[in-house]
Amino acid sequence: MAVPILEVMDLHAAYGRIEVLRGVDLRVPRGAVVALLGPNGAGKSTLLKVISGQMEATSGDIHLAGVHVSNAKPDELARLGLTTVPEGRSVFPNLTVEENLLLMSYAGVSADQVFDTSYSYFPRLAERRYQLAGTLSGGEQQMLAMARALTSDPALLLLDELSMGLAPLIVEELYETVAQIARTGVSILVVEQFAQTALRVSDYAAVMTGGKVVATGEPSEIDKIMADVILGGAA
Amino acid sequence: MGEFLTYTVIGIFTGAAYAIAASGLVLTYSTTRVFNIGHGAIGMIFGFVYWDFSEKQGIPVWLSLALVLLVLAPLGGVFIERVVARGLGNAPISVSLVVTVALLVGLIGTAQIIWPSEPRSLPFFLQSHEPIKLGSVIITWHQLITIVVSAVVAVLLWLLLARTRIGVAMRASVDNPELLRLYGGRPQLVAALAWAIGTSLGALAGILLTPVVGLQYYDLTLLVISAYAAAMLGKLTNLPMTYVGAMSLGLANSYVIGYVDRVPFLKDLVGLPAVIPTVFLFAILVLLPQAPLRIGQVKGMVSPAVPTLGRSALSGGVLMIGVILAVLGLSTANQLLLGTAATFAIVMLSLVLFTGYGGFVSLAQFTFAGVGAVVYAQMDQPNLFGLLAAMVVSAAVGAVVAIPVLRLTGLYLALGTLAFAQLMDKLVFQSKWAFEFNNPLKAERLSIFGNRIEDTGGYVVMMFVFFVLIALVVIAVRRGRLGRMLVAMRDSQAACGTLGLDLRWMRVGLFAFSASIAGLAGALFAGLRGLVGPDDFLYFKSLLVLLMAVVWGISTVSGALTGGVFMMLMLNGDADLQGVLFLLLAAGAIIVARWEPNGLVSVLFRVPRLIQERLYPALADRYPGMALRLQPEDQADEPIGDDTGELPAVREGEEVDSDAVAAR
Amino acid sequence: MPLLHVDDVVVRFGGVTAVNHANFEVEPGTVTGLIGPNGAGKTTCFNVITGLQAPTEGRVWLDDRDITRMPVHRRARHGIGRTFQRLEAFGSLTVEDNVRTALDIHDGIKGLLRAVDGSADLEIAALLERVGIAEYARDRADSIPTGVARLLELARALACDPRLLLLDEPSSGLDEAETEAFGSLLLELAQEGRTILMVEHDMDLVMNVCDTIHVLDFGSIIAQGTPAEVRADAAVQKAYLGYAPAPSSTEASV
Repeated sequence: MAVPILEVMDLHAAYGRIEVLRGVDLRVPRGAVVALLGPNGAGKSTLLKVISGQMEATSGDIHLAGVHVSNAKPDELARLGLTTVPEGRSVFPNLTVEENLLLMSYAGVSADQVFDTSYSYFPRLAERRYQLAGTLSGGEQQMLAMARALTSDPALLLLDELSMGLAPLIVEELYETVAQIARTGVSILVVEQFAQTALRVSDYAAVMTGGKVVATGEPSEIDKIMADVILGGAA
Repeated sequence: MGEFLTYTVIGIFTGAAYAIAASGLVLTYSTTRVFNIGHGAIGMIFGFVYWDFSEKQGIPVWLSLALVLLVLAPLGGVFIERVVARGLGNAPISVSLVVTVALLVGLIGTAQIIWPSEPRSLPFFLQSHEPIKLGSVIITWHQLITIVVSAVVAVLLWLLLARTRIGVAMRASVDNPELLRLYGGRPQLVAALAWAIGTSLGALAGILLTPVVGLQYYDLTLLVISAYAAAMLGKLTNLPMTYVGAMSLGLANSYVIGYVDRVPFLKDLVGLPAVIPTVFLFAILVLLPQAPLRIGQVKGMVSPAVPTLGRSALSGGVLMIGVILAVLGLSTANQLLLGTAATFAIVMLSLVLFTGYGGFVSLAQFTFAGVGAVVYAQMDQPNLFGLLAAMVVSAAVGAVVAIPVLRLTGLYLALGTLAFAQLMDKLVFQSKWAFEFNNPLKAERLSIFGNRIEDTGGYVVMMFVFFVLIALVVIAVRRGRLGRMLVAMRDSQAACGTLGLDLRWMRVGLFAFSASIAGLAGALFAGLRGLVGPDDFLYFKSLLVLLMAVVWGISTVSGALTGGVFMMLMLNGDADLQGVLFLLLAAGAIIVARWEPNGLVSVLFRVPRLIQERLYPALADRYPGMALRLQPEDQADEPIGDDTGELPAVREGEEVDSDAVAAR
Repeated sequence: MPLLHVDDVVVRFGGVTAVNHANFEVEPGTVTGLIGPNGAGKTTCFNVITGLQAPTEGRVWLDDRDITRMPVHRRARHGIGRTFQRLEAFGSLTVEDNVRTALDIHDGIKGLLRAVDGSADLEIAALLERVGIAEYARDRADSIPTGVARLLELARALACDPRLLLLDEPSSGLDEAETEAFGSLLLELAQEGRTILMVEHDMDLVMNVCDTIHVLDFGSIIAQGTPAEVRADAAVQKAYLGYAPAPSSTEASV
């Protein structure tokens, strides 16, 4: 079997004395889209933070394309081809749209190329290129954040709660882009609360609760148990 | 009209130089969140370097400028970022400010070592060329060059920040350095560049202003106040507003100098022009909106255990015996020095309360001592009433300083105190209400209930009695309700607020209390010396006191005592060595503030325990017959403890245990 | 008359709208839940109510009084207490000193007398006992488990005798048995006449103890009612799952 693009083994992490990840095991096969679902506070976002190098693991291993990368710095990982779109406001609010895009051209891609690709995917960004990113609507900000996923041609793309605070229609639109990126062969790990939207674009899914992965499987299998996991067990 | 225009030209020139300095300050602060109090000192030292190159060694002006501005200053900036400033952005201000104060003192020390005090002057640029005459207005080439350079700097900064990727990254790292890393950016590279440019701009401003201000250590260092005042208009982050602030300040400065003689009341205030930046600054501070309470905890700090009152009283008794024995063996001159050490130690006690326990920084404690001394001497009541009056007035002045910054964060309070110290130095202490110019005040020895303590030795002993009494008060405060609230306030402002504590007035109260202790020290010092002058209370001494207290332990009474003695030794040592001592002090403060926040004394106190814990078990292993055991009660009761190392902790929680032991 | 009225509150950070015309009331003596997906603006609402965050628009009323501009500490004096989602215990004090500090702040000068007669000590012990963390009394607050620290924050808030208690995710870090005990404690507090507004992700707990639930999404209230009503609400299911399951499955899970 081919080496998975991401393999997480028995990963533990804590905020101070509070253990948030309690032995996570997770694989993302090369070229696959994996959805990571689960209720609030399950540790999904923490897991992404550890994988992207923003937070240190207390124990356990992370392999990126077979290379052991535990506790590497986020900027090093970014230059190695890991693109992370963190949850919430993942753009620089006091820079204009164009300046945000300019910063995305770090990975050896020319600025013009970033502009062209982004504007062709999201024409709305072109209209607002001189506007401060902080004054865009939530959906437009998320498009801007996604522009980096589009242009950086990553080895692995981590998407955290794309849908957070966005209207369902815009979420659909964003996931349309995710599907397009996936079709180009990029491996994607997507953390999401909107279970069904995420499941529609994914090849595999995993469910986390209480700092562990408690279920993995095909999207259709996972879909059946999600309502119970999130809105509380059948009372 | 011509006169007005001339003042306007001078104002624009001054404003242009301030703008250069201020934009450097803003650049470093906004990219790294470290406010560099030493920014003016950077201007000062590179003013000297430039003088050395161009005047002393005769290197051509253009080459000297290039060497300083394009090579040495940027390198210096990168060095500061690497060695001094890195990682300070998120540190509490009691660490980050202390470190940059140390930078200031270290730079002054360096300047004193390399260029010992002697008259030097730096000519204006193109001094020999005829000034330009536009009607009745005369513009010198130096002024014109400064104004043009300032405009060029503005344009270049705009190009950098708006048009280049690294410049955009600088602005981005202000908002969210973590996200910048995810973008593959290197915040440290950005920080190094910001410091390199900021330092170079500080150097440029220093070189442009040196011919006006003069080439000496202290006045140019205070350039930071003007830069800070200008930058405050843009809340330390907005460059265009900083330029506006600098120009307004420059013009205000120039008009005041030009017209002050015509205003009858202000005429007597000889120091007024020098303090315009401070007045400007306070005006802006008052207008700024309320800062929100910080949500999100500071990491629980480990403070040294506080001794019980009984034990402290015992240590105080031992100290008094020591002092009495010392006084008996010392000459009058040396007794005076010992009294001076007591003064420093009491001032440091005020810092233990304010900085050590409260976590705030004051850069004006010696100024409050000066207030106390003036009140004591001017009232001519050399008794306990006079002493009390000195304390009350110092406390009131402290409250007046703290109230304008009531709504703001601790950084602004600290910077406000520096501005206040400068205002007192230049304006109030020079005025006829205080010392007047070059006119020391007479003060008499203190009488207690009608018994006048005329003998110097006796007076020194009495000063130490005051030290011990205040130390007991400080320790009692720390062990009591107030102390707990201070710790709570440091740990979580948001929680304190939502429990009903008014943090703003708590801070004002604490500052006033601490100022009153410093005022008492000043009054006692006036009585000791008999003659006091403004030089005894220069702003710079407040900085030295702060650093010395940090080095020996700003959260312990023993640190204050040791610090007081060393402060006296440093200031009364060989004048040629002073620069070296300042440099050592600065280096020590940087190291201690960053790695051993409880100071050297607590390290010394740890030695016996280290022996107990490392040596005793080893010996016990080897010689099982020897009754060598650890004595847990003794440890818990030890006056100074600390658990930053891997040693078992004496934590604040265990104070309870030591209480129990004492009660048994 | 409601005890608390969040009146058309808007909070914008730069261009991001965290709370968007939120409008809800809390009746005295009830346990009210404030739920919603991540990023819905619940904690920001709490910050607005306690005064840690000024709203961009809108007002906050306590009883009949407009407290929108009132500073944080004065709101506490008017009987608003809270706990925090990200813990804000005083880490370098012991657990009992955390509560003692709260009492000191609450009592003001009066506290000096109480410190002498020892009644403060009794009260601290009683509070710790009540929330069930008496065994940790002498531990430093940064060395205790999360669940305990949350209960400590509750004890600390109770020391100030609040009329309105805001709890931000109080049960995270508690195990099942502890959560159950915590639920009964909440009901007890409500019986004493205290009003509780709670942000909580443990739906079993919310459904069991709350009288009323407000559901926040995109910073606006999208549903309110009894637990059963809220659970059956299509808009709520959509907010949580991104879609509304078929009615039959909804009934099955209620």
